[in-house]
Amino acid sequence: MSQTNGTIVGVNGNMITVEFEDAVSMNEVGYARLGELRLMSEIVRIRGTRADMQVFEDTAGLSVGDAVDFTGDMLSVELGPGLLTQIYDGLQNPLPQLAEACGFFLQRGTYLPALPRDTQWAFTPTAAVGDTLTAGESLGTVPEGIFEHRIMVPFRLRGRYTVASVAEAADYTIEDTVATLTDESGATIEVSMLQRWPVKMPITAYAERLRPTEPLVTKSRTVDTFFPVARGGTFCVPGPFGAGKTVLQQLMSRHADVDVVVVAACGERAGEVVETLREFPELEDPRTGKSLMARTIIICNTSSMPVAAREASVYTGITLASYYRQMGLNVLMLADSTSRWAQALRETSGRLEEIPGEEAFPAYLESVIASFYERGGVVTLKDGSTGSVTIGGTVSPAGGNFDEPVTQGTLKVVGAFHGLSRARSDARRYPAIDPLDSWSKYVSVVDNDAVEAGRSILRRGSEVGQMMKVVGEEGTSQDDFVLYLKSEYMDSAYLQQDAFDAIDGATSAERQQHVYGAISGFLQTNLHFADKTKARSFFHQLTQTTRDWNRADMGSQEFKDIQGRLEHMVSEAAVNA
Amino acid sequence: MHKVYHRVHNIAGNVINIRAEGVRYRELAEVTSRNGTSLAQVIRLQDDEVSLQVFAGARGVATDAEVRFLGHSMQVPFSEALLGRIFTGAANPRDRGPELSENLIDIGGPSVNPAKRIIPRNMVRTGIPMIDVFNTLVESQKLPIFARAGEPYNPLLARIALQAEVDVIVLGGMGLKHDDYLYFRDTLEESGALSRTVMFVHTASDPIVECLLVPDISLAVAEQFALEGKRVLVLLTDMTSFADAMKEIAITMEQIPSNRGYPGDLYSQLASRYEKAVDFDGAGSITILAATTMPGDDVTHPVPDNTGYITEGQFYLRNGRIEPFGSLSRLKQQVNGDTRDDHRTIMDTLIQLYAGYRETLEKQSMGFRMSDWDAKLLKYGTRFEKEMMDLTVNIPLEEALDLGWAILADCFEPMETGIQSKLTDRFWPKSEIGDQKSEVGEEAVESTEPAPVEA
Repeated sequence: MSQTNGTIVGVNGNMITVEFEDAVSMNEVGYARLGELRLMSEIVRIRGTRADMQVFEDTAGLSVGDAVDFTGDMLSVELGPGLLTQIYDGLQNPLPQLAEACGFFLQRGTYLPALPRDTQWAFTPTAAVGDTLTAGESLGTVPEGIFEHRIMVPFRLRGRYTVASVAEAADYTIEDTVATLTDESGATIEVSMLQRWPVKMPITAYAERLRPTEPLVTKSRTVDTFFPVARGGTFCVPGPFGAGKTVLQQLMSRHADVDVVVVAACGERAGEVVETLREFPELEDPRTGKSLMARTIIICNTSSMPVAAREASVYTGITLASYYRQMGLNVLMLADSTSRWAQALRETSGRLEEIPGEEAFPAYLESVIASFYERGGVVTLKDGSTGSVTIGGTVSPAGGNFDEPVTQGTLKVVGAFHGLSRARSDARRYPAIDPLDSWSKYVSVVDNDAVEAGRSILRRGSEVGQMMKVVGEEGTSQDDFVLYLKSEYMDSAYLQQDAFDAIDGATSAERQQHVYGAISGFLQTNLHFADKTKARSFFHQLTQTTRDWNRADMGSQEFKDIQGRLEHMVSEAAVNA
Repeated sequence: MHKVYHRVHNIAGNVINIRAEGVRYRELAEVTSRNGTSLAQVIRLQDDEVSLQVFAGARGVATDAEVRFLGHSMQVPFSEALLGRIFTGAANPRDRGPELSENLIDIGGPSVNPAKRIIPRNMVRTGIPMIDVFNTLVESQKLPIFARAGEPYNPLLARIALQAEVDVIVLGGMGLKHDDYLYFRDTLEESGALSRTVMFVHTASDPIVECLLVPDISLAVAEQFALEGKRVLVLLTDMTSFADAMKEIAITMEQIPSNRGYPGDLYSQLASRYEKAVDFDGAGSITILAATTMPGDDVTHPVPDNTGYITEGQFYLRNGRIEPFGSLSRLKQQVNGDTRDDHRTIMDTLIQLYAGYRETLEKQSMGFRMSDWDAKLLKYGTRFEKEMMDLTVNIPLEEALDLGWAILADCFEPMETGIQSKLTDRFWPKSEIGDQKSEVGEEAVESTEPAPVEA
């Protein structure tokens, strides 16, 4: 497309109105000129010869009559080796490099290449001259950290291509040509390791999409045992502020059993990103022994950064996640928080003076949320290997009330719901995932019957607890009271996890099976006590000991000893019957 | 360059419209009419029509008012001379001191690159146990104080201003009652803390637009001090007045409201101010404490609700005490691991037991029989409220922790507290530990007969 120029005729907040001459397209990117600076903007509405554009930067200083250069392209990201370990803003500007260029503050109008242009990558060809390939199939690989990074036929190419030449094994930069392809009409296309892809389009260069069945172990007992997540599945974590959404996500990004993690910090606190940013390089990934950062990409568009870029950031994140899925890897994409993203849509919609829907969110909110979550999934690639993108989004509902448009729109399209409750977090019962309200459609790491039995104890125990608030302890039968204590025991000894304890904070699937087996054995035992006080002190003791057990290394003698002690305690109480 | 316009063709609320060319977005202008002069800022450009927000309000602005564009956006003078001074929301002196006009800096500057932030690691000691022990304030943290209108949030802020270990305090007052303004001024003056303080105060009777400027000005000044390596504490009161000022102006501007009349960008507006809190890599820090009144004591009201999502925790002030439930300092984990080994455990245990106490109170009020356990909780809760929660308690952190153990030992057996045995062995007050140890073990089921309840 040819380059078009335009002139600013209106400025209102981060929205500018531009009069253009030739043709422009919806969602096309343009740059507003402010002296030496060029401010990136995107067309969000076209009316006659005027386009409304959202500016990804602060608009102060723009003036009627200033020029706008259109690029002809939609908002795109760079894909290629070198993405891992990077820290980007919502527009894929590398933040550490920006800091080197601009110092403490994010100066507007500074855009840097997302991938380093001078790094040499050791390319090994896998395709041969004469092969017929389609988009997404491998031409060769380069090593990136612990992975074989596939250099693929660019996703934008449609139809079949014949490999005319392919570079021999050697070091190349991402801009060097590594292969030439000819299409069916005979035209030649040069392919480098670098390709660009518009963020708002899903990458579909795979063979088939499958149903998510394999569990994704997060090492959180509540999640894996009771409300599991599947590889390629989707889940959401709504919760009022202070309930621990972000901590839960950080733990998942640390412990989840996946190859690559993409964290999109979208409109949230900068401080939280900084924790990830500073701590991940120091932490060791137990699977590989390398630093956790080696498998992580951080997209960071915090709440004080421009709103329009916040909207882009989740799409940037999911595009990078899908790119690594194309290499047969399992990717976890965490978006914190999707409500901020929805609010960014609301702000834009408000400035465009669109007719508002519920709570002034735009009417298209639900379809936008649905199409975002649909970009996850497990797929078979064209070479037969599988890859997955699992999407987890936090939701920050206004007033902690789940009956609001963003939560409801999300619940419709996800496979697991981890609802956080204020009551649990106030009582310091972390993780504050509500064991009664949450649900999951995926398969647990623990035997399903045992999980159902545990769920039933939790539910009945909570009913007794509710009743006891009305009729008091003396009005509760001994059996009901023991049931209540059992549910409390399950809660404190299994559901609650101390995130700051290295062992208790991350429970492997194997350990969950073992511990859950033991605990559900205890809970199925008929226990009898002389009176309620005896029962209470027994469960105090049992809880205490189990908590010590949770802190013991699974292979250690201590672990075995405590288990022995627990079994002894329970059997003694059972004998007392 | 600086053209003068004489024709105002539209005045609504605090916004005037003129036709002009070459005007830049956010540029300042001076509006002069018979009734006085005020600054105004460009808030919208549409073709040749310019909308300006008049800081002193449009009251008395004439259709032939003189509008002169200044070619720059809002600025504030910055120097050491600010310390000890009091200004209005438009940065004019409110005390009798001279006007400052040197070294002007822009307000509302760009946000800090997250890559240049560091993980907060320094505690700000306040001497208030409910803060130091349970919800430690950390340098670079942003925390609101949620309170009903009648709660003593301003005295609490003043006390923190006096006691907190920081270099500079910037106090931003929005919609303050004049009495409250004088209270702050006098309290800080008497204690000598005014010499490390800058105050930007908008009182309830000042023009509403100036209220909007207070956080930006306060934070711009704080940022400069922080860049000089100072540890700055910014106290803002009351942020709900700030949000209401935004609502008032947005509605006059005919923007589509979202929740309860507040503009749709309330979250982003609040966030861009709160996010100025920072610990610079290689310079000073900004910590923000902001009083936010909750209309109708409702935390789901849009202002406290959006604030809660932005800030790193919150303090609830209820019945003159910092409420332990709901109050949270998210950053406390960064610092309370290094204070003393028992800090975290004491913090969690005391609160869990206090929650039990509240449940028991409920049961008691409904007339249920109290078990032995309930009696223990009642005894504990009473002591806890009196010796820890009272805001007049002023003791260092270490003393407060010791006090926590003393209260526990007075009320409970070690195993009833749920504290892991390693810690009770070490910290449980010594006089009783001999008896307790023998009980922990395999015989425990039999031997945990609760101790007789003391009256």
